[in-house]
Amino acid sequence: MDFFTQILNGLGLGSIYALVALGYSMVYGIVQLINFAHGDIIMVGGYMVYFTMVRLHQPVWAAIPVALLVCALAGVLIEKLAYHRLLTKGAPRISLLITAIGVSLFLQNAFMMLFQSDPKSMPVMFMNGMIGSADGIQVNSATLLNIAVSVAMMICLQLLVNKTKIGKAMQATSEDAGAAKLMGINTNFVIAVTFAVGSALAAVGALLYCNTYSQISPTMGNLFGLKAFVAAVLGGIGNIPGAMLGGYLLGLAESLTKAYVSSTLTDAVVFGILIVVLLVKPTGILGKNRKEKV
Amino acid sequence: MLNVTDIHVYYGAIHALKGISFHVEEGEIVSLIGANGAGKTTSMQTISGLLRARTGDIVFRGGSIAKTEPHKIVRMGLAQVPEGRRVFSTMTVQENLEMGAYIRSGKQAAGMGEDLEMVYTRFPRLKERRRQVAGTLSGGEQQMLAIGRALMSRPAMLLLDEPSMGLSPILVQEIFDCIREVNKSGTTILLVEQNAKMALSLSHRAYVLETGHVVLEGPAAELLENDQVRTAYLGA
Repeated sequence: MDFFTQILNGLGLGSIYALVALGYSMVYGIVQLINFAHGDIIMVGGYMVYFTMVRLHQPVWAAIPVALLVCALAGVLIEKLAYHRLLTKGAPRISLLITAIGVSLFLQNAFMMLFQSDPKSMPVMFMNGMIGSADGIQVNSATLLNIAVSVAMMICLQLLVNKTKIGKAMQATSEDAGAAKLMGINTNFVIAVTFAVGSALAAVGALLYCNTYSQISPTMGNLFGLKAFVAAVLGGIGNIPGAMLGGYLLGLAESLTKAYVSSTLTDAVVFGILIVVLLVKPTGILGKNRKEKV
Repeated sequence: MLNVTDIHVYYGAIHALKGISFHVEEGEIVSLIGANGAGKTTSMQTISGLLRARTGDIVFRGGSIAKTEPHKIVRMGLAQVPEGRRVFSTMTVQENLEMGAYIRSGKQAAGMGEDLEMVYTRFPRLKERRRQVAGTLSGGEQQMLAIGRALMSRPAMLLLDEPSMGLSPILVQEIFDCIREVNKSGTTILLVEQNAKMALSLSHRAYVLETGHVVLEGPAAELLENDQVRTAYLGA
């Protein structure tokens, strides 16, 4: 039954990867930009929870909207201030990538200045304790919460993208921004909404992360964000269900490696997966080849 | 209805439109004809706001649109069927048509059902395929869909960029018949075509573009008889 526990742990961790991977994937789908600052958004979310609960002594229910709103706003501001001109002027991809890394460094250092560089312990948030069952399955309640929340978020996102007007506009902009403009779609607004939604999902990831690991630091987004990016590539970047699938698979791979191979090898396995995906199926599991536009 | 005055458009250092002027009156079908690279598509994209003129002005229904954002231009009643159709290939036929009506909301959206029927009556083949993904349609069907999609915004003026591209002669005839009908029902048309013969036989007036300049203009029937046009564009 230990194996089953490991599967659940993997899915729990994978849920957080999945939520962050969605942001990478959505932004890539709309503007073909790999937003390397996205990983740091979960750090921003984490510090917002810390600030609200520890510094301002507010309950967790107050921390949730603060984290969501600040992260969504940060996402929109990053797009407007750092990427927007590059995108509208048709700058080369490499300039965008370098800018994204710059934004990431800026966020990490800004939060080091604001909150010092030492890791902060998080107070108790939702539930975090072991639940055992008669047949020996031991699982952390945080794990179950992670899975439930990520699935719920995924369903909401699917409804947003497929059933609402702004969702349709996102799909249209993602496929052909020029044609979308000719339909009367304000693509700048669509891009802003995409950054906001992606960043808010990262904030949800941050809430779950804080609840699960109870510790944050200004550089926490580095490795975690990179792994979420691997999850997005694994599932097929630009593809929403793919990002979720990639996140869960990556969490499983990490958890099973930790349990049955070696805990020092987990990162090697994660990035080994990236190399294999890029070699074998660069478009990812659910990714499709984009047809060249004529 | 549309007045383009001395527009200059650049792609980086390339001077694509070197002072083009033309006008379209309400109810007309006007064509821009010319070879590849003459500046036809550039003109269309500049009118729709996808490209910006460095100098010159574009006036639509009495107001300048030279600096208006593309999504606002559509709301003013000017729709474009872009070159290469550019339907949303992962969406169904019906979803594509709904995207065409994107600018309508609230009370106006109520008429969408009627407009869908109007498009389906005009193109029965689209109705048969309304649940099909647009990427799987043939070229002719995609062109019909692109036109139908543009009509869904109820435009006062429709820009059509190379609607005959890559289509068989029968389909070209069908598309051109449809353009004529759309015009008869009150929509002003600006057409860009390499198929000069078809374009001239359909249009009231036409402009001949060469390397970013207007070199000839006049009633389409006269241009059809013009020796210069005949040798250069009609293969006669």
